[in-house]
Amino acid sequence: MIEVKNLNKTFHEKQVLFDVSAQFETGQANLIIGQSGHGKTVLLKSIVGLHEIDSGEIIYGDQVFSGMSFNNQRIIRKKIGMLFQGSALFDSLTVEENVQFPLDMFSAKSKEEKLDRVNFCLNRVNLENVNKLYPSEISGGMQKRVAIARAIALNPEYLFCDEPNSGLDPKTAIVIDNLIYEITKEYSITTIINTHDMNSVMAIGEKIIYINGGRKLWEGNKEEIFTAKEERLNDFVFASELFKRIKENS
Amino acid sequence: MGFLFELGRYALFIKRVFSKPEKHSILVKQVIKEMDLLGIGSVGIVAIISIFMGAVITLQTAYNIDIPFIPKYTIGLAARESVLLEFSSTIVGLILAGKVGSSIASEIGSMRVTEQIDAIEIMGINSSGFLVLPKILGLVLIVPFLTIISMGIGIIGGWLAGSITGEVPAADYIYGIRYAFQPFYILYGLIKSVVFAFLISSIAAYQGYYVEGGSLEVGKASTKAVVVSSIQILLFNLLLTQLLLA
Repeated sequence: MIEVKNLNKTFHEKQVLFDVSAQFETGQANLIIGQSGHGKTVLLKSIVGLHEIDSGEIIYGDQVFSGMSFNNQRIIRKKIGMLFQGSALFDSLTVEENVQFPLDMFSAKSKEEKLDRVNFCLNRVNLENVNKLYPSEISGGMQKRVAIARAIALNPEYLFCDEPNSGLDPKTAIVIDNLIYEITKEYSITTIINTHDMNSVMAIGEKIIYINGGRKLWEGNKEEIFTAKEERLNDFVFASELFKRIKENS
Repeated sequence: MGFLFELGRYALFIKRVFSKPEKHSILVKQVIKEMDLLGIGSVGIVAIISIFMGAVITLQTAYNIDIPFIPKYTIGLAARESVLLEFSSTIVGLILAGKVGSSIASEIGSMRVTEQIDAIEIMGINSSGFLVLPKILGLVLIVPFLTIISMGIGIIGGWLAGSITGEVPAADYIYGIRYAFQPFYILYGLIKSVVFAFLISSIAAYQGYYVEGGSLEVGKASTKAVVVSSIQILLFNLLLTQLLLA
């Protein structure tokens, strides 16, 4: 489990997170939802330590992550896998080398064992015959899958996904959502996903946190979200015509 | 304040770059790769510049000391001193600041804006050490060879220009090249080139590493890397000359 307590974050004298507290459960797909520019990515990057927080606490299991030195944070970071919005694959490395990268850095496995693990991870995300291709030679959806394969290469305990569906067509987006959900369940990972895609919310939202203007305004699950009383959440959820019609018909 | 902030951040950046690497075997591989990419890839441009540089120095010296009682070998002597003491290290340094510096800044800057550096950090790897140390070591190790190549080709360029134009007979030129030769001058040129290589790679990497924004900012960082490292080369050239030759 990951716990965030009273987290505050300021950028260039502008506060972007206000006293955010939340718990993210193990073995569940925890979603952070909200409009673009309202602090979702800052929250996610603060939790993984990419942004230094102003005040508050970030706790992984029973270890207080915030305030740790870089060397101590490294121990926890080795248990983290992250899928970035733009995939963040290394341009100069092939798909195989990208997935093998964390194994090269941290594993004592032999060359053959590493290659077996790379192929296992690529098969797990349903990718075949792409090992020798460069990221620029594959589609956006495939890049996301390679990034997931890289994220799970070292069997992480925590998986973070920043807008995993951005730039993808609805069908591919569902594939990525399902993949993340299956991996979460299969390895009992604490998964935190940033999204503003309501399809993702409906598909995999076991625990949902709604962020608006840097503040946590609501917490619940995908069933409760339709009956929530929070006005700004309703504006966000029923912004699309499709969800408006669903609401009208229900 | 801005200057002090940059200086402090640069110092902290360098400290992180030189912290213990994750795996020495990977570092060695990367250093060799960077030596090839940054150094071997620059041999062509260094050779072209050096041959013309040597030729121009020789001809200009010849035209300017066309006085009967000054022996012709003085032209070879002057060309040698100019090439060894100044041109092969400083001019090559400035050329590398443009070619290699912009390449390092844009490569690291692009990695920053596409979150590749964040991806490295997330894995618990010291991204500045992992990405920048091989570039600094690679360039620092290969630049002395480039400087020696430049010195050799520069002197050959002078000999060719003098012979082809008939301004300096080959025998006089070669006598001048060998006359009162001080081996320390080669060491002096190499010491300068190593310092310049460090400045180019570290300043360019620093500019790229702290890029914020998108491709426009990467371009700006690349330009700034070239400008700042060129100025630093000139400044350190002055300092080193005073320290080593005074």
